[in-house]
Parts: sequence; structure tokens; C-alpha cells
Amino acid sequence: MSDTTAMSERRETPLGYFKRTWRQNIIYIGFAVVFLFFALTLHDKGFLTPNNILNIARQTAMIAVMAVAMTLVLSSGEIDLSVGAVAGLASVTTAMAVAWGGLPAGIAAGIMTGVTVGLINGFLSTRLMIPTFLTTLAMMGIAKGTAMWVSGTAAIPVLDRTYPAIFGGGNIGAIPTLLLWMLVIGVIGHIVLRRTKFGRQVLAVGGNVVAARYSGINTGRIKLWVIVISAVTASLAGMLYAGRLQTGRFQLGEGDELSVIAAVVLGGTSLFGGKGTVVGSIIGALMIGVINNGLILMGLEYSQQLIARGGIIILAVALSQAGTRPA
Amino acid sequence: MGAHHVSDLTVKPIAVEMTNISKRFGGVHALRDVSVTVRSGEIHALLGENGAGKSTILKILRGVQAPDGGSIAIGDEAFERLTPQLARQKGIGMIFQEMSLVPTLTVAQNVFLASEPLTGAGLIDDNAMQRRSAGIFASMGVSINPAAIVSDLSTGQQQLTEIAKALSQNAAVLVLDEPTSALTAGEVDILFDLLRRLRAEGKAIVYVSHRMDEIFRIADHATVLRDGRLIDSRPITDYTLTTLIADIMGKETRDLSEFTTASTAQDEVILRVENLSSKLRHGGNVSFSLRRGEVLGIAGLLGAGRSRLARMLFGLEPIAGGTITLRGHTTAIGSPQQATELGLALVPEDRRRQGLVLAHSIQRNIELPILKRLGSTPFVDQPKSRAATDELIKRLAIKVASREAPANSLSGGNQQKIVIGKWLATDPDILILDEPTAGIDIGSKGEVLRLVRELAAQGKSIIFISSELVELMAVSDRIAVMSGGRLVETIDKSDLLNSTGEATDLRAEQKLQLIVQQGGKHV
Repeated sequence: MSDTTAMSERRETPLGYFKRTWRQNIIYIGFAVVFLFFALTLHDKGFLTPNNILNIARQTAMIAVMAVAMTLVLSSGEIDLSVGAVAGLASVTTAMAVAWGGLPAGIAAGIMTGVTVGLINGFLSTRLMIPTFLTTLAMMGIAKGTAMWVSGTAAIPVLDRTYPAIFGGGNIGAIPTLLLWMLVIGVIGHIVLRRTKFGRQVLAVGGNVVAARYSGINTGRIKLWVIVISAVTASLAGMLYAGRLQTGRFQLGEGDELSVIAAVVLGGTSLFGGKGTVVGSIIGALMIGVINNGLILMGLEYSQQLIARGGIIILAVALSQAGTRPA
Repeated sequence: MGAHHVSDLTVKPIAVEMTNISKRFGGVHALRDVSVTVRSGEIHALLGENGAGKSTILKILRGVQAPDGGSIAIGDEAFERLTPQLARQKGIGMIFQEMSLVPTLTVAQNVFLASEPLTGAGLIDDNAMQRRSAGIFASMGVSINPAAIVSDLSTGQQQLTEIAKALSQNAAVLVLDEPTSALTAGEVDILFDLLRRLRAEGKAIVYVSHRMDEIFRIADHATVLRDGRLIDSRPITDYTLTTLIADIMGKETRDLSEFTTASTAQDEVILRVENLSSKLRHGGNVSFSLRRGEVLGIAGLLGAGRSRLARMLFGLEPIAGGTITLRGHTTAIGSPQQATELGLALVPEDRRRQGLVLAHSIQRNIELPILKRLGSTPFVDQPKSRAATDELIKRLAIKVASREAPANSLSGGNQQKIVIGKWLATDPDILILDEPTAGIDIGSKGEVLRLVRELAAQGKSIIFISSELVELMAVSDRIAVMSGGRLVETIDKSDLLNSTGEATDLRAEQKLQLIVQQGGKHV
């Protein structure tokens, strides 16, 4: 105990600071390296064209939006495996509600889907003390099944003109609305985690739930909020899918939970709670998008893409998470 | 009688002989030239206050630490140092204070963990395991089902399973460290019957406990350590409770008188607790009152219910009955949030688990209880938070490079100051400190004690729980003694300092120790 004190209470050299923190910032280095690599090797295949860059942003936006909320979830020491299925369900409920009552009904239906799922997940986990790993794993199936059932497994077209313009289809000037959604959610998430009392409580609960309780924090309520926020954000992602494709379908968002969790962990958020960065998560999502895009442009077959993407993610996560496991 | 006892011992063979053992940690002598002889067929009590060197000598015996000097003889083999494997092989069996059983496995699986009997095909022979476990329990004279899952057992049964595990490895020397702190009276009787039976079989038993009544019930021989030195080693019949306490605590007073100030207690009773009992423990009953500016010390043995009382007052543990009256109003305290709003603060027993988010910075830790007061918006008022942190770092002389340093980079003393600091930031009326000086350096201890008196002088009321009686005597105005979940007696410090009676030759903290040991019966 006392010898570690002597070490840490000495002033740190810049080299020491770099050695201690470079892993936390590996995502930025990694993103730059991957981006430069593709920029150089795929220069003649149009990787750097504005069109391609904006395309990457569009394809990544939904993952990035969900990754913002997942950052809060992992920071609080929980996990949400239902985000992809909830996005699919919300795309269906929104599309059906738009067809029935127009734009306001669609928005309300999408949000209410998230609130309902979040409250169910949250109560099961904070009142009945079922781990979120299990409640959200079960909810993954329930949400997908519900989406298939209410839609009769059919694609529900979105015929409203305004809806796609707001949610994911259109552009404002040269900027895709999807990119704006990503930025807005990202900025809000960053401020919530970094600057608000709620964010501090989320990190404290994830860092040491006993100490948080002893400090007068209502740990159950904080977890409930985080889980609800995650489900609502997943629903927003589903609404964006519905806008972009002008369709609600149960397959939308399928498997996204893995990309989302990979993006968040790549970004430097701890899987064990107590430490999180929204900016890192968005960069993590963009990095996954860049890798997907680059591998396609390289002309890799889908099977090769899967293997290469998996390898890159494992490498990056290994680097960013090394030394962050709890003692 | 004494002579008879000595001749009796000489015929008993020596099981372990530790000779002139020394151990230093940095500049601190944990042990200096300590020699202990443990004989087969003997229950040997190892006694001393916290920090006297008991756990160091046990670690050396277990092979976890190597001595800097001296030798260890087991049977007729001599060693300079042991390893854990060697110690086990030579028959040293350790019964851990914190249970080392796997709660999800059966009793038999735990008894034979990592040394499972195998069938001819090389698979684990569950039947043999259960049969042999049952045999061991039968020889111990206790009835525990070898097929039961450990987490379904009572604490006492788990303890017996630990002993069975040691016996299955043919331990000749059993070391028990505070084995009764979590046991009921009935379970203690069963354990003691077993220990007597094992003694009759010729096992050597090393018994560590702070409970003197147990020592006199069960031990044959007592070895007393103090400040890393051997004070005395003699048959228990040579001791009385009074002389044993005198040996353990020493003749010269550790001088903490600088922290003793005149009482600053005011007339106003800020907290009155009547017949308080816990839902989680039957038979508890606590009544006391606390005045503004008063320091109420709480003494008691491990398991006396002191921390439980602190948790009940802070809304962390459900209350079965009784009333809490705060500033004249009867109050129900249902949660720590509510307790904090009512002006209570708790510096918990386990600072690393309950007190701090270790990976987070000092500022983040100090912010937690005062988040609501850091501005009226949802946002954290950063300048205010930084100012509050810097002020506390300065006020408590916390030695840190910056407020951004993570809590786990600090020494125990500085960590404890952060926990105290985060609660001082809430400006509480009543501060409950649960073992605030445990495991921190002497300098920080002094600072904590001084701070307690300062806070009392400012009109704060303090409940000070400690196992260090010298400290309690120095810092408290009154001392409440707890035993078995009940508050059995409240004593004015002045009564201990100048009482008359049979034990007048004892120092005040020794008298207090007598009362604690006797569960409140007055000396």
C-alpha cells in the first residue's frame, strides 16, 4: 500500500503520461491509421470522394446513435443486447403508425416502443434483480417476435413524404440528415456523461455500486434510467432505418447489438463499468464503417470481409482494453 | 498445580518450533526474535493487539511470507523458510477467517478440492469423495451432509467443513484465526468440543482470538506478542483475565493524550435511539443518546453489532423495531439519501469497497454525496466542485499530486481522508466513523483523531466505532459497549479514568477491555 503511494505521488514525466494513457486513446490512433491506409491504397477507387465519405456516415449513423446510449449502459456496469431487435420493432411500429395517423402518430409510436421496452427491461433488472445480460437477451427475441407478428413478417412501406426527410432519408444542403442525427445525439450524450450530475452517478454506479449506494445515490433508479435511455435510443435508430429505407421491417437492425458493443468497447469504454467516452464510441462506430467500406472497395468477397473485420476489431479491442480489467 | 502442568507439557512432543523469527517490512519490524513452541495435544493461544505481529507469524508458518531471520522446525526437520506447498505437505492446516470454500460446490467437493479421489478410469470418484467426507465428519463427531451445497450451510457448518478439509490433508497442526467471530453460542460449543477431541487425538492447535473468555475456556497455553516482540509464553493457568490483558496491552501507555480535550458536549440532545433492533439479526437492542458536540465511542468485539448499528442509522439496513429521534422528531431513515438529507454521514468500515470508487479521481469521489448541492441545474458546477475538492485536500492535508489522481493511487491513510472528506463536504450534524483508523499509518491516525475533536468543538456530534481502545479512550466523551447485538453499557470516560474498586491498578483502557471482554459486567 505505502510503496504504491510513493510511486504515484511523484510527478509524472510526459513519457510516463503517454505510456499510461496511450491505450485509452488507441481508438484515435487506430482510426487515423485505418483511414490513412485506405486513403492511400484505395485512392484510385474513390475512397476519398465526398460521396463515399458521406455514404460511410449514412451507413454508420444508426450504429453510432445506438453506441452513444450503449456507452451509458456499459459505463453503469450493465449491458443491452436488445438494441438491434428493438430498432427493428420500432421501424415496424413507426411505419404502421405513419400509415394510420401520419407523422405525429409515427413519431409517438416509435418513442413509445422504446419507453415500453426500456421500462420492462429496467424493472426486471432493478426490481427483480435479473441481470441485464439475461433480460435484454430475452427481450431480443420478444422484440423480434413482436415485430414479425404485428407486421405479419411483411415490409411496411412509409408513404409519408415528410417522414423520410426528417428521419434519415434526406439532406439539409449537402449534409445528410443522418449525419446531423448522429452529431446531435453524440453531443447530447457527451454532455450528459461528462457534465451532468446524472452522468457522474452513472459512472459511480458502474465504478463501484456499493460505494455509490453508501454515498446516497439511488443506484436502482440510475440503472433504470440508463436502460430506458438505451431502448429509446434504439427505437430512434429504428425510426432512422425506416426513414432511410422508407420501410419498416423486422430484419432492420438485426445483429446491430454486436456492432454497437464493438464500437463502444473499441472507443475505450470499459466493459466492466465506471469508465466511458461517447466521443470514442462514435469514432469506434465510424471506424467499423470505414473498415466495412474499405474492404468492399478493396474487392474482398463477403466471406473475406467478415474475417478481416473480425480480426481488426479483436486487435483494436485487445489494445484498448488491455490493463483495464478489474483487479 | 503449576509444576504439575509444566511436567505435563514436557512429555508432549513438539509439533512446530519457530526460533528467533524476525521479519521487517521496509523500516518496520513486524517481528523481532520471536520464538514459539507449539506442542502436539495442546491448544495454543496466540494473543496480541492488532499490529502485534500475529498475522505475520501465521503467514510465515503457512509459507506465504519468508522470515528475514530465524528457523522453523516441524517434527525433526528444520527449515529456513516454508512455501505454501511445503507447509501443507508438512501438515500445517490453516482455517481461514474469511472462508475459503467454493459456495456452489458440495461439502465433499470442497473437502477434496484439487485432491479429488479418482476412479480407475481417471474420472473423479464422487462416491468415494462423499464416503470419505462422511468418515471425516464422523471422526469429528459432527453431522454434516457431504452432499449438501456449501452456500446452504450455516457459518458454523462452513467452519467445520474447513476443518474437515484441513484434516483430509492430514494436518497435524491446525491454525484457527478468529474462528468464532461469526458463530452463534451453540456453534461455538460444537467447535470447542471438536477442538478438545482433536487435542486428545494429539493434534496441535494454534488458536487466535480477541475473546479472552474463549481463551480461558479452551486454551492450554498462551503466547503474547506486542509490537512484534515476544512478551511471554506460559500455561494459561498462570494467567488471570487481568494479568493477561495487562500483558497484551503493555505497561507503558501509548501517549494519545494530546488528542484528549475537555468535553465539548452541549446540552441539546441531537439524536436519541431507543430499543433499536435489526431485521437481519434477532435479539439486538440498542438505546443511547447523543448530544451536540459530543463524541460517543462504541467499543465491542468483532460481531458485536457495531457496524450493523451504523448501517441502521444510515438507512442501509432494515430496522425491525425501536425509534430514532433526531432533533426532537421521531424519524424513519429508509435510505442513505434520506440519512444524508437529515444531516447524517457515515464513513464506512471498508473504505475500498464501501467508501470509494477506486478507479475514479479524488474530485469525482468527493463530489458524489454533494452532487445535489453542486448547482441547481442538471449540470455539475465544475468550478464549485473543484473548489470544494481543493479546500478539503488542504484542510485534511491529503498528500496528492492533483485532484485528478485516481483514489487507488493513494496510501490507505490518504484514501481514508478522502472518504472522511467527501462526508465533511456535506456538512453533517452527525458523523458516524466506523473503524476510521484501521490499516492506516500512525501519522494519519493522529490526524483523524485530532480532526474528530476539532469537529466536536465545532458542534458536530460524532459516533466513533473502534477496536483500538486506547484511541477510544483518547477521543471519546462517553463509551458505549456492545455485545451480541445489544448495547450493554454506557460509561463516562471520567469513570474509567478515576474509578475505584478491585481493578484500580489497571489503566483506563485495560479496564475498558475488561468490560468489553465480560460483555458489560462492571468491574
